[in-house]
Formats: sequence, C-alpha cells, structure tokens
Amino acid sequence: MATEKREEKEEAKTDDGSPKIKPRPIVQLGIFLISHSPVFSVVFSVAGVMALLLLPLLAKNTYISENALMPGSARSMLSHRDVSDGSKLVKDIKNFRLNHEGQGVEVQRLIGKYMSEMGAEVSYQKFHPEGNQFHPLHFFSGPASYTLLENVSCASYGVNVAGIIRAPRGDGKESIVLVTPFDSINGGDHEALSLGIASSLFSLLARVTWLSKDIIWLVADSRYGDYRPVAAWLNEYHTPSFQVSDLSKCDELNIPDSFRRAGTMAAALVVKVDGRSERFEDTLSIYAEASNGQMPNLDLINVVNYLAVHRQGFYVKVEKVVSLLSSSWLKIVGERFEAVGKVAHTLNPDWNFGIPAADYLEGSATLASSLYSQALGIPTGPHGAFRDYQVDAITLKVSPRFHPDSKARQHDFFLRGAQLLEGTIRSVNNLLEKFHQSFFLYLLTSPSKFISVGVYMIAFALLVAPLPMVAASLYIDGCNALTKSTHNPAKNLKSWKWLDAAKQVFALHLLGFIVTLLPYFICQIPGQHSPTNRSIMWASTSSSLLLITFVTIPGCSPFSSRLHGTNWAVLKSITISAAFIGLCLMSIINFATAEIGALLLVPMCLMVRPIKPDLRSRRVKSLLCALCSMILVTIGFPVMFFAISKGLIGEGLVGLSLGGEFWTWLESLWAWKSATYLYIGMVHLPCWLLCLCILFHPC
Amino acid sequence: MARLILTWISLLILQSYLIPIAFGSKEVEEFSEALLLKPLPDRKVLAHFHFENRAPPSNSHGRHHHLFPKAISQLVQKFRVKEMELSFTQGRWNHEQWGGFDPLSSMNAKPVGVELWAVFDVPHSEVDTSWKNLTHALSGLFCASINFLESSTSYATPTWGFGPNSDKLRYGSLPREAVCTENLTPWLKLLPCRDKDGISALMNRPSVYRGFYHSQRLHLSTVESGQEGLASGIVLEQTLTVVLQPETLFVGTNIQPTWSINSLFGRKVVGRCVLAKSSNVYLQMEGLSGHESKNMDTEMEAHELWKNADFELSLKPDRILREINSFLFIFDIDISSDSEPFDLGLTWKLPVKWSCQQAPLHASRFLMGSGNERGAIAILLKATDSQDKLSGSDLTNGCCTLKANIFQIFPWYIKVYYHTLQIFVDQQEKTGMEVLKKINVSPSTDKMSSGMMEMMLELPCQVKSAAISIEYDKGFLHIDEYPPDANQGFDIPSALISFPDHHASLDFKEELSKSPLFSKLKEKSLVRSYTEVLLVPLTTPDFSMPYNVITITCTVFALYFGSLLNVLRRRIGEEERFLKSQGKKTGGLKKMLSRLVAKIRGRPIEEPSSSTESPEARSSVFSSKLFFKFILVAGAAAAWQYFSTDK
Repeated sequence: MATEKREEKEEAKTDDGSPKIKPRPIVQLGIFLISHSPVFSVVFSVAGVMALLLLPLLAKNTYISENALMPGSARSMLSHRDVSDGSKLVKDIKNFRLNHEGQGVEVQRLIGKYMSEMGAEVSYQKFHPEGNQFHPLHFFSGPASYTLLENVSCASYGVNVAGIIRAPRGDGKESIVLVTPFDSINGGDHEALSLGIASSLFSLLARVTWLSKDIIWLVADSRYGDYRPVAAWLNEYHTPSFQVSDLSKCDELNIPDSFRRAGTMAAALVVKVDGRSERFEDTLSIYAEASNGQMPNLDLINVVNYLAVHRQGFYVKVEKVVSLLSSSWLKIVGERFEAVGKVAHTLNPDWNFGIPAADYLEGSATLASSLYSQALGIPTGPHGAFRDYQVDAITLKVSPRFHPDSKARQHDFFLRGAQLLEGTIRSVNNLLEKFHQSFFLYLLTSPSKFISVGVYMIAFALLVAPLPMVAASLYIDGCNALTKSTHNPAKNLKSWKWLDAAKQVFALHLLGFIVTLLPYFICQIPGQHSPTNRSIMWASTSSSLLLITFVTIPGCSPFSSRLHGTNWAVLKSITISAAFIGLCLMSIINFATAEIGALLLVPMCLMVRPIKPDLRSRRVKSLLCALCSMILVTIGFPVMFFAISKGLIGEGLVGLSLGGEFWTWLESLWAWKSATYLYIGMVHLPCWLLCLCILFHPC
Repeated sequence: MARLILTWISLLILQSYLIPIAFGSKEVEEFSEALLLKPLPDRKVLAHFHFENRAPPSNSHGRHHHLFPKAISQLVQKFRVKEMELSFTQGRWNHEQWGGFDPLSSMNAKPVGVELWAVFDVPHSEVDTSWKNLTHALSGLFCASINFLESSTSYATPTWGFGPNSDKLRYGSLPREAVCTENLTPWLKLLPCRDKDGISALMNRPSVYRGFYHSQRLHLSTVESGQEGLASGIVLEQTLTVVLQPETLFVGTNIQPTWSINSLFGRKVVGRCVLAKSSNVYLQMEGLSGHESKNMDTEMEAHELWKNADFELSLKPDRILREINSFLFIFDIDISSDSEPFDLGLTWKLPVKWSCQQAPLHASRFLMGSGNERGAIAILLKATDSQDKLSGSDLTNGCCTLKANIFQIFPWYIKVYYHTLQIFVDQQEKTGMEVLKKINVSPSTDKMSSGMMEMMLELPCQVKSAAISIEYDKGFLHIDEYPPDANQGFDIPSALISFPDHHASLDFKEELSKSPLFSKLKEKSLVRSYTEVLLVPLTTPDFSMPYNVITITCTVFALYFGSLLNVLRRRIGEEERFLKSQGKKTGGLKKMLSRLVAKIRGRPIEEPSSSTESPEARSSVFSSKLFFKFILVAGAAAAWQYFSTDK
C-alpha cells in the first residue's frame, strides 16, 4: 500500500498546473492497472492459484470426437481357439524358460515361429542397449540424430521380433503397431501374459477380412529397459542406415537380418501386464505422456477407456499423486467447493459445477500427476518413442486380479484383454484419416474427464498477468527515483535508465546458459565419478563463474558499494520482464512446465525487495515482507525445490546425497531431451540469481 | 418386271462384291475366352480370366462391328491410340508368395488403384490434348475418376524407364481410386457375351471381390495392316486376375485346400460363349517337376499326372503340356451343358510345398524421416534366392552385371532434391558413376507438372542388397487444393522396377495351341514389379475452424483500420485546445450538480480548478460509490435469479 500512495502523490504532482486531458479508455485502463499494480498482482496471483485449484471442477467428460471410430459397434470375433493359441504360446515360453536358462534369442525365435505359423511376416532386429547421449547441439533436433557408437561389443545387445500381418485387401499404406515389451531372461510370469494377450489377438487378426491397415506386433526385448528397444526399432523403421552396421558383425546367433516395414503408422498400443490388481476387478492403467509434455490424441484414450469400461469391465485408472489423496488442506478445499456448489445448485438447478469432495480429491491428485509428468518432459512409457515420429500411442498396463499361475482365470483374462485390443484396433482401422479431430493439449483428471487447453490456460494467464504491470510500475518508480537522485541533466536521459540493469540481467542469463552447458563438459572429464562428485564439480564451477561475473562486469554485484549503482526497482522491473518472456516462451514449448514454473517464479519475483531497509525499519510489516521474500527465494532455488518436492511425494529427505540425486535427476532430464532442463538453466536459475541480487541490494 | 430383276441382279452382284471387302480377304473378327487357374504356395488360388477381341484391319471407317465393342473402336479412331493399357487394382500382389518371374505376374501385378498409359499416333504437339480427351472418355466409360489424370500434375512422359520406348507415351496413375463392381460392369459390357454366358459367367461379384488381390486390365493395341488404304486393326485384350482363398474345412493341417470352380466362385460354367472362337480352361501346376520328371513316356504316366498320390483332378484334361518346372492342363468347355456343367476340382492328398519363381531382386519402398518438413524416399532391392538370376544378365567386360530400371513419378508437393541421391550396394555407398548406367530426371514444377525419375542401375550379379535414397521437402498446398480427407496424407504412386535383361515366358515343349492366352504366356515379357504406394503426411490446415479464422482476421482488420483512421483523422493539438476552452466555461448543469452535492453534504463548494483535496479521500469516495453500485447490481441480479428460478 505504501508504494501505491507514493505513486499517487507523484501523479498528482506531475499533473498539476495544466487541466486534465482525458486519455483514451484503453490507455486509462493501462494507467489504472499500473498504478494499482500491487493490488492487482495480489488479486491476479490469488486468482491464478484459485483457477488452478478449480480445474478439477471444470473438467469435462470425454467424448469421442471422430465419428469414424465407432468404438464397440462391431461384435468381437475373437474365438476360444484364438485364445487357446495365446495360452499355448505362454505355456511354451514358460516351459522353455524352465528348461533353457540364459538363452535369450531362442525365446525370440520361438515367438517368431508362432508368428509365422499364424501367417505373419517375421523379422528380427538387433539393437544396442546404449541410448541417446546428451549433446548440447542435438537438443531440439529430431529423433534421427542418434550418434553412432564407436566401440561396439557383441556381448550385449537385444533382439526385437516383429510380425506383420498384411491387410488382405488393403493397400499397405498405413499400419497399426502393437508392442509388448518382454524380457526373456529375467522377466516375470506377468510379462509372458502380455504376450498371451497379443498372441490371441494376432491369431484373430491373421484371419479377419476387415483389416484395412497392416498390423505390426513388436515383441520388444526389454532386457535393457522398456523404452530403448522400441526407440531402436522405430529408428530402424524410419531412419535406417544403409551402411554396414556394427551389429551385423555379431553374427554368431544367425538371425535372418531382414527388416520389414509396413506403411505409415496410424497408432500404436503398448501392452504390459504387471502385478496383481488390488481391486476386485482387473485394473487397466493408461499412460499417455510423451516427451516434453506431448500427449496423444484424446480420442485414442477415449476409445480405450470406453471399451475397457463399457465392454470389458476393467477398472480404468490413470496415474495420480497418492500423497495428495490424504492431504487435509486439499480435502478442506474440496469440501468448500462442494458447499459452494450446493449453494449454487439451490440458487439455480442448472448450475451443476459442484462435485463431491472425494471426487475433487481424486481429480486433483490425478491432475497433479498429469501436470507433473507433462512438466517433467520424460515419457511415462515406451509409447513416448512413437510420439517422436508423430504417431499417437499409449501404454496400457493391465493388472489381473488373479495369480499368474491360475490357468482357469488366465483364459478369461486373455479373452477380455484381446477383445479390448481388438475393439481398439478395429476403431483405429475404421479411421480413414490420421487422428486429428480431438484434443492434443489437455490434462486428465480421470480416465473419462479432461481439461482442455482453453480452460487450463486461464490459470497460467492469471499468474503471469501481473508481471508486465508490476514491471511497468516499478520502471516508472525507478526512473523517478533516479531522476531525483541525479541532478546532472546529461545523465537524465530517461530512455537509457534501464541499460545498466539490463546489462546485469543479460550477464546473468548468459551465465545461466553457460551453467546449462556445463554438465556436458563435466561428463567429458575422463574417469569414473559419482553423481555427488559431479554435482560438486558443477556447483563449484558455477559459483566460481558467478563470482567472476560479479567481479568483471561492473554494476553486477549486489555487494558493490557504488553510490550510483543500479536502482533496484529498475533491476527488478527488468528481471520481471525477463521472467515474463521466459515463462511465455516456455508455455509454448511445454505448458505444464511453464505452469509449475510460474507458481514458483511469480510470487518470488513479485515479493522480492531489498532486505536492508526492511531490517533497518524494524516494523513488523516490513520484517514480515523480508521474511516472505527470504522464504520464497529459498524455495525458488532449484535444488531446494527438488528436495521439497521429493519430501512431498513421500520419499525421505536425504541430506548429503541430495546433490547426487539432483544431478541424476538433471541427467535424466537432458538424456530425454526435456525442455524443462533448458527452462531451469536458462530462465529459472538466472531469475533466481537476480532475485538474490535484489534481496541483498545495498540501498 | 425386267427392271426389278435387273436391280435384283445388280444388288446381288454388289453384295457379292462387298462381302469380301467387309470381312477382308481372310480375317474376320475373333473373340476368344480362357481361364487360367493356378494354386499358389500360400493356400490360395489364382484365377486369371483372359478375353481377346480382334478386329482386323479394314478400310471402312465407322462400319458396324460384329463382335468388337464399338466404344473401344471409336476411342481408338478418335484419339488415334496406338497402344493403351488401363488397369484397376485392389490389394497388393505378394511377390514372395505368388511369384515375380512368370508372365502372369509380370503382366498382371499392377499398382493399387488405377494405372493408365497410352501411346498415340498423333503429332507431338497434339499428344497432350489426346491424352486429356482420352482420360475423360475412359472416365465416362468405366465409371472411374480417370479424368483426374488430365491435369498435368498427375501424368508424366516416360522415355525409356517404362516399358515401351516411345516419345508419344503418357503415363499416369491414381493410387487412391477405389475399385469396385461399378468398374467391372462396364468392363464386362465390352465382352460379346457379357457375363451371361461362357467363362465370364463365373464372375460372381461377391466372390470376385472377396479375393485378396483383384486386378482388372484392359489392353488394346493397333495392328498395322501394312496395306495402303487399310485402317489398322485393333486387338483388345481384357484380363481379370483374382487371388482367392478357398474355404477350408480342415483347419490346422498342412494339406493345401481342396477346391473346385464352384467352391471358388459359387457358380459353374454352363457352356461356352457361342460367339467365342475358343473357350478353354487351363490349370497350371507349378513346382511338380521334381516329382514327375522321372518317367513321362507312357500313356499311363500321363494319366498319373492328373490323378496321382499328391493330388487329383475331378476332370480328365484334354491335353497336358509340360514346361521346365510346371504343367499346364488344358480343358475344353465345349462339351459342358446345363445338365452337365463344367466344374473342375482339385483335391490335394498330401501336403506339398513349393515356391514360385522370384524376380532377381525384391523391391520395397518406404519413407524415411519424421516431421512435417522433410523426409526421404528409399527403395530397397534385396536379392531373392532365384536360380535364374544369371540367366538374363550379360557378361560384358568379363564381369557379370544385373540391370534394373527404376521409374518413379513424384507429385509436385514432394519436392525431391535429386542431388541427394545416394546409392548403397551391399551396404557400401557407391557413387553414381559406379552403378548408374543411365539416369533421366525431369524435375517438377510447383502446381504445374509432376517430377519423374528414370534410372538404370547396373549391379554386380552377386549383389545381396542395394538401396537408393533420395531426400525431399514437403510442399504446401493452397487451401482449396486439398482433397477430401486431407488428413489422411498424400499418396506417392508406385515405383516401377523392371529388369531389362530378364524376360519371363513359359517355354512349352509342345507347340500346338493357338489360343491367345497360350501365346501370351509364351511371349517373352519384361520382368517388372511395382512397389508399394506411400502415404506422406503433409501439413494440413484445420479445416473445421473457419469460424475462428474469420473472427481473428476480422479483429485484426478492425484494430488495424481503426487505429489507422484514428491516426489519420484525429488532431491531438486541436483536441487539447478544444478541451482547454471547454474547461474554462464549465457547463451550468455540472455546476448545479456540484452545488447540490455540496448542499447535501453540508460542505462549501469546491472549485474544480483547486483540486487539492487529498487523493485518499477522492479515491475512497470513488471506491465506496463503486462498491455501493456493485452491491446494488449484484443484489438485484441475485434477487432476480432467485425469483425467476422459483417459479
């Protein structure tokens, strides 16, 4: 409020004398907003957070947008013979694994034999377990830029099996992919069940006449993780190297090395079976997030959800943050919303936005998870590899309610699983065009509820709206203060006041950029280092670089005692502008990251102010202000936030190894080419440093 | 009376004079029908219908034809077509299972959709016009959208990469054309017996279209008579090739399925088409040479051929012909009648496995890359285990080479960079000099013409694999150039791989039959195979949101013109002066109002010029007023809502 009053006084002063000319309404509104920016920034920020909390209430029910899909309109043609084919394969694999140990490729060959007996074209593919490595120049480049590895050992490689059923009368332009990750060496019995489902389905599809797209069944060798084999197969499918591959030398296993293809992929389904379901029904979990928060078309999820719920009676769920389910504050919020909803309902029976508190809790836990997985930018399953090639894909994780050894239930389970997949494939098969009707930008609050981009954008827009206002008002403030302090008319050029501050902001952003690149060079250091050591290296180099920046660039340091140092208000104004630009850019690349980033960055940037005058004044209000900004700046430090979020999720806080863990986390971010890493390094970190500078500004 | 007799006589003389002219000296119009059945290694059966219609050369234009379809002869005369082939295909020919090195596959394995090529006998400048007219005529004749081949962006002028060498050749294909019974009916109308009688009566639509592959072809060529004054004769060849799956009762056994004509088509042949000169059914059995070649001398052994331990035919063949590794059983269907219809059946007794002859290289084509900007097309040639690989290759300069022609059309929105052509032979990159013998490229022009590439590769005989990749950029289309269902993507027509040194033919030892199908099989035909059609996803605008576009555009326009007019029209200085003069003579009403307010409040009148009152007070009055108004409006709204919903 203090700043507000001062502003108005100044306004009155500058305006006196001449009669008031009424400016145009839009300018008037701008001036009004800028002059009352503290109030508005509080209002907008609170509204932003409120809008975020309201999102579960605003979720809409999903609907199938593309009419051609027609899920569940055809009767399933799956017969018991198909299912017994699948059961036989599972039994054979189990027996085989009991008898032969460690013979990985033989299992693949067995699967291949089954496939070709069903009438499919079989091909095997060898791949290296080593994945993509971080290279700063390859960050946003497409999936084609796999670096060829020099030293190739024949000792470790995986073998994928792919069977292709050609559509009888189709033209072979399009295909549907079915992936079952399978670890032939140490995979459990559950993994074999996914093969059973896929094989039952494959047996059916080999003889149906309605196929218009080819079907590819890929048994991915998940010995080295789920993602890598699928990515390697897709890479070979789309960007094969015609040159001599290193793996062709490893020929002792004598696998026919002909890769087969089948047209442009229309959609892909990854099927996994794991663990026993805790519920009474079989559980189906849907994972959809691909790299950098990309989602598959909502219609694909809708079709699977519709068929699973209404036809096969699965319990469908999507990932949620479990710890949020027991949080009391969220429950209270939910109850409040429920009460408001009830009141609204009594006022007008048409207002049905209220949902029960339990639903709200569930919805927000799912929403939080959805937001978090998108923000992280790491795919939640092998389906992520497909998104790099613009193929819509989801992972279906099925948990049966029976023990994997019970034969009687297994048959029923295969039947239902294969029927679900049959229905989905039939729907996609109906599709003449690729998926384009429904949403690509959405957040899920339950398998059948979603929030579209038009709704969830509001929260972000409200959060970042005060930034330009406050920046403008601070700039006016700072300029006035500078004008007062300097009496030299030559120095009074109003338009260049921001230059000093801008220099500082630019320098720190440059520093952030260098710090972002540092891990690449640290990784190049020869020798084995633990993550903790590497993080210490990183921290020390970064801080020394920071010191060098402070020393070399004048006016950058917060501790320099120059009289005519940069005015903190102008500095803050420029910082806020930079944060605003950074957040807006990030919201285009990965919205969820920008949303979470805004939640951290906006209060910090708005609250921060020099701590010295506040401490000197010793008034309760200013002390509170100082404390607030201290706390916000502490939380804003990426490592700190990482630790806090870990604690929130439920994993224990670890003191010393935190650096190592943080390093590992960042490593995973850049290994997956997540834009979140760039955001942290190039937007968040510089802004945090600038806030630190402002906090310790010598006024 | 005498006059009458005289006219009679003269008429008779005239008639006797005319008849030889009309029918030529020796040739008359001929029609023949034939059906070739062939079991395939993957438990399917190939049925190949072959109809040939010959019109001999004659000099009487526009005369009445006895058998030959008038529509076709008019077409030939009007557009001066020298040779033409039109094919409608659904499904893919499986080169690995169904063979790639026999006359049947090299002539009848066609690309998906419609393919049309024609050679004209007109001056160069008129070829394009003739082509355009021809496409329209055929479009009407066959109920298909062949007229889309009219646009210059969809056809090309192959020079040597496509079979016939002619500079008056035009080639075009429509991969997306759906082929169905509406295309078959007009095709059948060209036959003298339609599908009412003879072999064509077997074409039961549901069974024909249930097949795995279906290709209906029409080939016509003109035969120069060589004589002065005589117009050229026309040979019209109509074929229908279907691959059917016989319904099997015993599932899971390895024995090939047993079938008969009735079980395949749901119909039987009840007699020949009476207008046909010959009417035969052939059955070609492949891969039995090892079994039979031991002893084939006696009649008993010949009998063994069609009734042996492996299989049994339901009818005795009229003749049996032997080829290197196949047998041809010939049946005449003259004897069949309503009471005793012709129904050939094949019963397998033992599981037999054989494989079809393969083309020297198996070609597959695919797209590379991801994203909406660029990509690459790759053609992969893989060596098959064909024994005849060396037979056609020439041994020039002491090293054995294998020639392969690649002919490919690129639509203009696939902007191919020909300099990015990369050739890999046995996984080693080769320069064009090493393996390219000839290349002919005509780049595409945006929205004007399609691009074409013809190249002749010369590969070593022992080649295992060869790959060709070429990069392209995806173009942008104008909004009204998008076809319906644009989000499906765009098709790149099939590439044609042909082997100029390899010719497929069935070399029968006995030289007897005069049947057209038989002579076709004996004819040496170029080994060729078509690759898959490719689907390229291009960037598509959001067609479903014209409203959004309109609103945004209108908003932008309104803002732009509004501010522009403001800038042009308003004079800020004048306005300021006007405001100042206004400020001096404050309105009477306003003064009265302020006086009133002052009276109510009991305060002295404040002059507007001396606005020195504290801003807090001003803002508080302002805000309290605003607040009051707000409450009033909200209350009214709530009350209205309450009362309106109550009833």
